[in-house]
This record gives sequence, C-alpha cells and structure tokens, in this order.
Amino acid sequence: MRKTRIPALLAAAATVLTLAACAPPEDKGNDTKTESGTPAGEATSLADFGDLDTLVKAAQDEGELNVIALPPDWANYEEIINTFSDKYDIEVNSDQPTAASQEEITAAEDLKGTNRAPDVFDLGQSVALANTDLFAPYKVETFDDIPAEFKDPDGTWVNDYGGYMSIGYDSAKVPDVTSLEDLLGPEFKGKVALNGNPTEAGAAFSGVMMAAISNGGSADDIAPGVDFFGDLKKAGNFLPVDPDSATIESGQTPVVIDWDYLGAAAAANVDTWKTVVPEGAVVAGYYYQAINADAPHPAAARLWQEFLYSDEGQNLWLKGGARPVRGDAMAEAGTIDADLWGALPEVAGDAVIPTNEQTEKAGTYLADNWSKVIS
Amino acid sequence: MSVSDLATPAPVAGTPPAIGAGRRTSLGSYLALLPFLGFLLVFLIVPTVTVIVGAFRGEDGGFTLGNVRALTSDAALNALWKSILLSGSTAVIGAVLGAVLSYLILSLGPRSLLRRATLSVCGVLAQFGGVTLAFAFISLLAINGVLTQALDSWIGLDIYGSGWLFGLNGLIVVYIYFQIPLMVIVFTPALEGLRPQWREAAVNLGASSSQYWRQVGFPLLTPAFLGSMLLLFANAFAAYATAAVLVSQGNPITPLFIRSALTSEILLGQANLGFALALQMIIVVAIVMALYALLLRRTARWMR
Repeated sequence: MRKTRIPALLAAAATVLTLAACAPPEDKGNDTKTESGTPAGEATSLADFGDLDTLVKAAQDEGELNVIALPPDWANYEEIINTFSDKYDIEVNSDQPTAASQEEITAAEDLKGTNRAPDVFDLGQSVALANTDLFAPYKVETFDDIPAEFKDPDGTWVNDYGGYMSIGYDSAKVPDVTSLEDLLGPEFKGKVALNGNPTEAGAAFSGVMMAAISNGGSADDIAPGVDFFGDLKKAGNFLPVDPDSATIESGQTPVVIDWDYLGAAAAANVDTWKTVVPEGAVVAGYYYQAINADAPHPAAARLWQEFLYSDEGQNLWLKGGARPVRGDAMAEAGTIDADLWGALPEVAGDAVIPTNEQTEKAGTYLADNWSKVIS
Repeated sequence: MSVSDLATPAPVAGTPPAIGAGRRTSLGSYLALLPFLGFLLVFLIVPTVTVIVGAFRGEDGGFTLGNVRALTSDAALNALWKSILLSGSTAVIGAVLGAVLSYLILSLGPRSLLRRATLSVCGVLAQFGGVTLAFAFISLLAINGVLTQALDSWIGLDIYGSGWLFGLNGLIVVYIYFQIPLMVIVFTPALEGLRPQWREAAVNLGASSSQYWRQVGFPLLTPAFLGSMLLLFANAFAAYATAAVLVSQGNPITPLFIRSALTSEILLGQANLGFALALQMIIVVAIVMALYALLLRRTARWMR
C-alpha cells in the first residue's frame, strides 16, 4: 500500500500544476501612453501628459482605479470616491476597506503585474517610509502649496491629511472630559476604548503617545503612556474593544481615544458626541499618499492624486473633519470652506509629530511592554 | 504522460493473492481520491512547507534562527501560555460537561425525540464558532447586551464589570459554547459502545452499580474520554475568528499574536516571526494529535 502513495501524490500534483498553467496570462496594464510618448507609469507631473484634459482622457481610457484600505467613514472617503467616480466617469474598485497599512503593501506585492493590484496607497508613517522603492514619484499641480516638511522633494510620497489625537465621548453617558486623568475616575468603569492595538495600528499608537506626553513623557519616552493605560486597566476602566462608527452609534464604546476627524465622523450620527484635544498633550499625525510604481492604471492613479490635492479634494477631506495638507495655503487664498475650517476642534499648545526614528523606538518598547500591562 | 500512467500502483512483491485480487479496484479509488489529494496539497502541504521555510528565513531571505529565538520573548511566551490555558481549561470543562450531557441523552433511550433533537443541535452548534458566535455573545453580555441590561434594571446586578467578555475570561466562556457540543458528538459513540451485556455480566457476578462503573465502565471509557479532550484542545488552540472579533488588545493568544506580526504598521518586517509562531502552533497541535491517535487505537480495541 505504501508505495502507491507517491504516484498518487504525483498525479495530484500534476493535476494542480496543469490547472495553475491554465490561469489567465498576466495583464501588464502599464501601456497607457502620454502625449509626449512616455508611458503614463513614468509621468512625474501633469506636464508629461500635456494638460489635465489629456490626463483625464488617458485615465478614462483605462476606465478603472483600484484603491485599497479606504474605510467609507474615515476622513470622508465615501464621498471622495463617489465624487471622483461621477466627475470623471471612472469606476473605482475599493478593495479591503478596513485593511491595515502593511496589508496594502502586501496586496501590492502579491498582486503585482495583475490588473487587480492597488493603484494608490494611503499609508501610516512607518510603513510608507519603509517602502518608498515601491512608489512612483509624481508632483501634483498644487505641489508647491504643500509645506516642505509634509512631502518628499521628488513627490515620491506626500502627506495627505492629518489630525490631532483626541478623546471622543458621549456626553449623555459620561461626565465632561477635559484631560486624560479624568478617565481614571469611577464614572468611566469599562468605558474607555482605544482605536486599535498600539503595537499594530497608527491611531492607537498615537493615543499612547498622547498619554505619555500628558504624563511627563515625550516622543522619545513613551513609557509613561503605557503606564497610564496600565492604571486605566487596573481601575477597570479600559475597554478592549475596537471602536468604529457602529460601536459608537450603538453605545458599546462610550469613550474613544482616536484621531479627531474620526470623532467628527462619529458625531454625525450621535448628537451628544463631543471631541476634545487635551490641553498640553497635542499629538498630530499625517497619513501618506503615494502612487504604486506598478499601478495597473497609471493614468487613473495620477488623476486621483490631482483630484485629491485640488481645492475640491482637500475640501472633501476637510468635510470629514480631517486637516487637509494644503489647508493653510487654501485658507490664505480663500479657497477653503471657511465654516468647516473654523469648526475644527481647538488646539492649545504645540503639536508633537513623532519622527520615524522615535516611532520605531517607541514601537519596540510597546512590543515588549504593552501586552504585560493590558492582558 | 497521462495521469493514469502516474497513478498505476506499483506491484508489491509477496502480496498475498487475496489482497491482490482486491487491488484491481484501487486504481479507480485513487482516481476518485485525486481531487482530495490535490486539495491536501494546496491547502495543507504547501502552506505547511511555506511556514517551515519561512520560520527559518530572515527578512533578507537568508537563513536565520532569529525568528525561532524570538519565540522566547516575554510577549510570545505569554501568548503561548495563555493559548494553552484557554485551550486546556475549555477542553477540560467542555469534556466533563459534554460527557455528562452525552450520558443523560443516551439514558433517554434510542427512540427519544429529545435525544435525537439534542444530537442534531450539537452537530450544528459544534460548528457555530467564529464571527457569528462572538456577536451573539456581544449582544447578550456586552455593555448594551440584552442580559446585561435586563439584570441591571431588574436587580441592579452588573454582570458587565470592566468588560471581562473582551479578554481571556470572555474567550473561555465563549469557547465552551462550541466545545460542549463537539464533545457530545465525539464521545457519544464511545458511550454507546458500552454493551449492556457487560453490565449484565457484572451484575450476575454480584457487582453493584458503583462497582460496575468504577471497575468496568470508567476504565473502558477513559481512553475515549482523554482522546476527545485532546481533540477539544486542538480545536480551541487553532480557533481564530471568534477571538479576533472579541479581543483587539494585548494579543493574549498566539493566533492573535500572529495577526499582529503580519499587519502591524508600527513594528515592520515581522512576517517571518509570524511564520515561526505558526510553526510553534503546528508542533503543539501535532503532539496533541499524535497522542489522540494513540488513545484512539486503544479505544478501538474495545469498540469493535
């Protein structure tokens, strides 16, 4: 009996391999040409295409755009995607809306060469800076408006929108919150949630950073932040649930430590929801926008960038409560939606934006210590 | 080369003619097995090899023992310990309660409607893990859960506490929900295998009921009971979806630690640590399943 197993396995292998060989040929897709004759995938600015109309036409010829990890309730992405799709008549395929940054990169590598690979990325800081060789440099028309510290000089990546770490709470269920220390009180028993696991998610990481700064730490020393959450856990107040707009609306997560623009999105459905940026513990964070160097729809990817960084695109992010990267320049030029700009939460004190090195160092500390205090 | 050339079994020297005569059908049965073997190859063998290779590779693709060494970090050991604690406790609780339930429904007699209904329900519930189960418990026991709200308004009892449902204690309660039915399914046949004649024989020899159980029943059932418990352990050890929905903080169990290694945007380049963690899980489950096979063989002696 034993000997017959190997031929049977070989036969099985042969079947599988034959099936695999029948898979459809890879679709390169990178063949859209610009006016000047260079492939669209190598265009580094609008000038390479000629003008916006030529770019629009090239993008429409491709007909589709693949985006990944853009949750509809995050920074108004639902409306942004719909507006872009209607305006240019391009179908937007939104894949894995709730995926993490690292999963975007993994998807790009796994799907490389197919027409399902993501065309553009929206990434957290460390993942973006670790993968710049996967990005195609491209300078949008409004590139000069973007402050130098928020972009790569060649346009390999550009910050897109940012916000401040905040405490959002349902004022109908808990007393008013002004500082992190308030959350240690008995009224908050089992009610304080953090958006994600700080060893995994950028938003949660910044939440711990905020707690660190509020408790005498700094961007270089996140330990007081971890201790704060340890105290929160000991007090029985820490709620280990991943909050999102559904848990907020259903009342499962009455207090949420998260980016202020996500708090703003939650407030759309909960009238009593309030968002505060604690005084003296202001942590800012920006996300990173980049084009996949192997984008299957290179012209559409570039049109998407032009759209995002246009006044219209920036105001749409603002509508979602996020701070668009061209916000200050647009405020000066008078093209920003003044009502929305004025309605952003007030911030007292200088904002801390951890550098990549500080994030890495703090991440290592979290990997060793977070589980100890929290589980 | 055609598939049938490959699948022709090689003749085995010295095979007795009686078995040789039966072999004519084996080509057909192997052909019928092909899809299954292909399935095994794609979903078991290839992933297992990938995990083993990945566990010993560094981020640069070279050979390294660093990933395996990283398994001894506090966080990884803590996850493994909690995983074993969770699987072990739910296996013991599930096995004991499941065995009692099996005994009760078998004593109802073979024609009982309740017995057949319970067995069918167990068949469904044993597979009722994952996201749906987690949400069922959330809507029952979380802060807005039906039971939480009801007890709070009736007698002012706070069963929600500090959100115990979303930690290890919560996982134990939720896992038991599918462990007990699984125990009923795997243990009932063993209980049914206890022949009435053995009991009659014992009684004829003057044994009391407790003597019969102590000296005949329990010794006969012990291997089957332990084997079922090991199966429950492996079942809980590998479960992921239920825990993934309930627990988002601190990675208390190894499957969640693997998720963290693969998706983290704070700690990059940990994919190979994920492979090492998966290898660790494969080893634990392999040990458990080997013990299970041993016990099963012992049980089979009595159950023929």
